[in-house]
Amino acid sequence: MSTSSYLIRGATIGAGATTDILTHGNVITAMGSGLDAAGAVVIDAQGLVALPGLVDLHTHLREPGYEQSETVLTGTQAAAIGGFTAVFAMANTNPVADTAGVVEQVLALGEAAGYATVRPIGAVTQGLDGQRLAELGAMATSRAQVRVFSDDGKCVSDPLLMRRALEYVKSFDGVIAQHAQEPRLTENAQMNEGEVSARLGLTGWPAVAEESIIARDVLLAEHVKSRLHICHLSTAGSVEVIRWAKARGINVTAEVTPHHLLLDEERAETYDSRFKVNPPLRRREDVLALREALADGTIDIVATDHAPHPSESKECEWGAAAFGMVGLESALSVVQETMVETGLLNWDDVARVLSITPARIGSLSTHGQPLTVGAPAHITLVDPNTRQTFSRQRLAGRSLNSPFLGLELPGRVMATLHQGYATVLDGILIESDIVAAHAEAVRRG
Amino acid sequence: MTARVIMQTPDIHRVLTRIAHEILESNRGPDNLVLLGIPTRGVTLAHRLSSILETIVPGAVIPVGALDVTMYRDDLWKNPTRMSSPTEVPVSIDAATVILVDDVLYSGRTVRAALDAMADLGRPQIVRLAVLVDRGHRELPIRADFVGKNLPSAHDERINVRLTELDGEDVVTIDQAVSS
Amino acid sequence: MRHLLSTTELSREAAIELLDISEDMAAVADRENKKLPALRGKTVVNLFFEDSTRTRISFEAAAKRLSADVINFSAKGSSVSKGESLKDTAQTLSAMGADAVVIRHGASGAPAVLAASGWIDAGIINAGDGTHEHPTQALLDAFTMRRRIHGAGSRGKGLDGVSVTIVGDIVHSRVARSNVWLLKTLGAHVRLVAPATLLPVAVDSWPVTIDYDLDHALAESTPDVIMMLRIQQERMNDAFFPNPREYANVWGLSTARWAKLPATSLVMHPGPMNRGLEISSAAADSPQSTVLEQVANGVSVRMATLYTVLTSTREVSA
Repeated sequence: MSTSSYLIRGATIGAGATTDILTHGNVITAMGSGLDAAGAVVIDAQGLVALPGLVDLHTHLREPGYEQSETVLTGTQAAAIGGFTAVFAMANTNPVADTAGVVEQVLALGEAAGYATVRPIGAVTQGLDGQRLAELGAMATSRAQVRVFSDDGKCVSDPLLMRRALEYVKSFDGVIAQHAQEPRLTENAQMNEGEVSARLGLTGWPAVAEESIIARDVLLAEHVKSRLHICHLSTAGSVEVIRWAKARGINVTAEVTPHHLLLDEERAETYDSRFKVNPPLRRREDVLALREALADGTIDIVATDHAPHPSESKECEWGAAAFGMVGLESALSVVQETMVETGLLNWDDVARVLSITPARIGSLSTHGQPLTVGAPAHITLVDPNTRQTFSRQRLAGRSLNSPFLGLELPGRVMATLHQGYATVLDGILIESDIVAAHAEAVRRG
Repeated sequence: MTARVIMQTPDIHRVLTRIAHEILESNRGPDNLVLLGIPTRGVTLAHRLSSILETIVPGAVIPVGALDVTMYRDDLWKNPTRMSSPTEVPVSIDAATVILVDDVLYSGRTVRAALDAMADLGRPQIVRLAVLVDRGHRELPIRADFVGKNLPSAHDERINVRLTELDGEDVVTIDQAVSS
Repeated sequence: MRHLLSTTELSREAAIELLDISEDMAAVADRENKKLPALRGKTVVNLFFEDSTRTRISFEAAAKRLSADVINFSAKGSSVSKGESLKDTAQTLSAMGADAVVIRHGASGAPAVLAASGWIDAGIINAGDGTHEHPTQALLDAFTMRRRIHGAGSRGKGLDGVSVTIVGDIVHSRVARSNVWLLKTLGAHVRLVAPATLLPVAVDSWPVTIDYDLDHALAESTPDVIMMLRIQQERMNDAFFPNPREYANVWGLSTARWAKLPATSLVMHPGPMNRGLEISSAAADSPQSTVLEQVANGVSVRMATLYTVLTSTREVSA
């Protein structure tokens, strides 16, 4: 396959100027107006916003072990259609990604599929059982070069183990991504604890179960002078703790999911388990506090926590349903709805919270670079002027458990370039054999 | 819609008095009689009949009850749920002569339901049917023993019975539905 | 009324109408022939994912008195117990032609999921779901109160101004939830008494008065009705209270506390009772106790519910 070249005509760079972008191979080779299209595929980007390829620090690709929900291939297809060019794959697979072998397998599957760069996240503890540290060093020095470690789905609740993990990853500048959920306070918990849970008779998931772990862990991170990342912040109280920690100079970063920026606990009223998620949807005031915190930088990034589940895990009573929602395909639209349309962020900020900063937290140097000549050709083109009902046709992964189906949302990803080749054009996914061939050509240089 | 007045207070009183005499004649006196009205207007008519009977036969006491038939209807599924009104039968109907009283006899389905409802309450010796108006269009082999007025009508017409105790006036009208 | 899932759905008019129909049904129970033909040819399925013989036989008696065919489906202990099985079971019952499903389930909201699912086109009656609601229990409690307070003149009346004190494990009680909403709708004043561990954290948003101390609550105002909830002994293992002795001492309707109540105060319990724990035998067996009436009234209220759900006009699907 010959080296690709694309000429993107008339795109708006983030919140700034309008320009053409010329790519050749995996590099942006020229920017400016009236560039020569010779030999390049032309993409008309009038009215489209160009962003550096989006990076998701929190994705569940489910492979190996849960291929009925998602695979590396289908998950990265969902990523591409959502404008992502890199995803960090969570460790709660089967087997758990707690050895060099598993993380290298996931890495290889991602390379072969070619829709996005897949960076495996390593488990903090063996088998996610919270007892003994996993082989963090072996994963870090493997071909997958793991830098982010998380037991996500479970909390590293043992304070001593958490302290050791924070200390241990300092040797390779790793980061512990904590799923903040005090286990005893959330036994059998089903939804946010408050007025709605009291009425619905669903076991409450108190905000303090999240906030107390975050408070403990920022203090631990300060004590051992290590780097901490907090997954999916969901409460106004958590925001306050992070704000305090940052003011104190603690090296902590935090993420929020699109669904926590848009949806609140009232969605549980009908016991529709599409809205069952961990951490749970919170009160409206929490939603607004999270938006404010993302706007003022207290929360650093948006990450999807894309959590595919087969229909039988959701077509049942609330208590029996699985936690989680798919989110890659809808993330940018939800961020536009909640942050851009409200005036809280502009498109440069969107590039920061969905690409630049997540790549930095994940030590993924090949991604998250502003669109300039010489930068890698990971580019997302979004049409911000459309507004559509989010339908099943927009879902590209294997699972349909999206809480946004039927909601009207703005924006649509029209094209995604991953390392210089298109994975999405005209809003449509490029076929997998073509993408795989491009990916192989890039690997061979 | 045009409404034509068929009966007013004197007419209604006159036919009820006639029916009372017919009842006494067929029963050979007031003994053993129980009047069961079908709610709502049948109950009012039964009370009127009872007092007329007690006037005709001084010293007689003619018990009156109400027989709710809602639970026994065969068209519960077609019609929205109606609030059932309570059945009140003050005396045993076993071996009695029961006069069922209703305002309008039409398809006969209400009377059929009433017969079923009564069967669950006891076993009268004789059951007879008295109605103020018989408008025809029977769908079941049922006929009234005592009829105030035969009023041949079209299906799309509506017979409207209003009684002073419930509606503030005594009047029977027939509404000609306006063709659309 | 297409379904009965929660007492929050009942308007005052609808609630009073249900209670009035229950009065008519109760009158039938006094007859020689207790059967009505109203639901002849209808199939009612008792779908019980949790054991509850009392509730099941009450619904069964109600359905049979209305001449419906009754199928008892006990899902507990069989291979179906959770997850997809609710869908499979519903579709099976639909194929069998169930017209109404009376469902008891350990998961809050399971009846609502069934009603909204499209898996089955039957009327759904919630016979107790997890820690959510138990609407027919609340209706029979209200019916019992109304009869005791208004007697023969009950028809058409609410419970305006009646003070009801509910004592015990509120947070896990579906009976308490259904009662709070229904009693509020009917105009009663509700007071909840329990240790804070057994109250929902957001209980201050409920239309009730809260008290942590039973003696204080009784001293402050004499209730027209005191309802004692069953206390699950296993709760003490989860540190909701230290031990049964302390619970009985502080929150139980002991003989001493009962003796101080006026003879007009009703003593209610949804059953089954833990005698000596939440209620003393003297109180449970006293003339003020409505425990057995509640059982009898349960059949009448469930007849009214089945009748109303099964004779409601079906919405024609577009």
